[in-house]
Amino acid sequence: MTSGVNNRADETKPTRERMSVAAAQAKLIAVIGDEDTCVGFLLGGIGEINKKREPNFLVVDKNTSVQEIEESYKKFMKRDDIDIILINQNIAEQIRHVIDSDNDNPLPAVLEIPSKDHPYDPTKDSVLRRAKGLYSADDMR
Amino acid sequence: MSGKDKINIFPSRGAQSQMKARLAGAVKGHSLLKKKAEALQMRFRQILGKIVESKTLMGDVMKDAAFSLAEAKFASGGDFNQGVIQNVTKSRIKIRSKMDNVAGTNLPVFECFEDGADTYELTGLSRGGQQMAKLKINYKRAIELLVELASLQASFVTLDNVVKITNRRVNAIEHVIIPRYEHTLAYILSELDELEREEFYRLKKIQEKKKQARDKAEKEKERLKAEGLAAEEAGNIFEDNTEEDLLF
Repeated sequence: MTSGVNNRADETKPTRERMSVAAAQAKLIAVIGDEDTCVGFLLGGIGEINKKREPNFLVVDKNTSVQEIEESYKKFMKRDDIDIILINQNIAEQIRHVIDSDNDNPLPAVLEIPSKDHPYDPTKDSVLRRAKGLYSADDMR
Repeated sequence: MSGKDKINIFPSRGAQSQMKARLAGAVKGHSLLKKKAEALQMRFRQILGKIVESKTLMGDVMKDAAFSLAEAKFASGGDFNQGVIQNVTKSRIKIRSKMDNVAGTNLPVFECFEDGADTYELTGLSRGGQQMAKLKINYKRAIELLVELASLQASFVTLDNVVKITNRRVNAIEHVIIPRYEHTLAYILSELDELEREEFYRLKKIQEKKKQARDKAEKEKERLKAEGLAAEEAGNIFEDNTEEDLLF
């Protein structure tokens, strides 16, 4: 009886949950960052443009609005083929409310990385802030 | 013992043994869950330690990578950013995710692998090829580290949730369910005692009443006998059971 309930729950679960079961599939890394960060990772070989001509990266320059960043972040979160999202910390700072709002779901993993002109500050990291009670910020430096 | 923290149950021996079994079950469940919570907590701390370690390492690796990008740009003498961004086709590095089981919790573990050809083979062909190769290697290293960090972080988020849920359950059993069973048991016990006392009192009372009735009947008989009204009754051998034992 319980298994029947579970099966039904599986069917109604969002696609992301179901995808994680089919783990054999190859997944992508997405990047949201300034031009240099994106270029670096693209040269590392993570860039992909899918059949709908949607890239898995977003180059943020000073003309990019917060709205645009937010939208593409949400789009990356929804995509089934992305398991890791790399985001520059200064950009993450701009859309902090979106990142903090759904941090209960482990997939995709959102990683905050330092950018060339903004050093990494562990006290701002969404995940490390959750760990604050266990480690003090001094341990992270 | 207020009414709200005990189970509404009829106090009987059966209910008492049932409640005892439930209490034993709750205690067992509590100890098991506590063990699970401890196992998860241990893993959680390990992962946290590793995250902090790799985050600091990440700073250095990213610094190296960014520096080599600047080097490559200088060496190739021109800006290749747009060329790189425009030429994206298929990704070469992909991630595979596995599940690692810790005390019944599935933790995602990512690992990256390469397939396909390098799209940017020709970037920096004219000048700065060596710097370009170094740049690619540096960024690949950064990606590997970040993938590792991502699996740690995903595990961290999963574990954080599970630890919270488990602790909530442990506390619920410890502070709500077990006290409730204990109160119910105490209630049943007191009710049973009360019933026993009542029963005892009732028996006493009945004995007393019977004695009174007997005395009254006796007195009546005496009175009648004294007045000489009542004929000496012939003893009925069936009614009279106060017959003395005969010894032969």
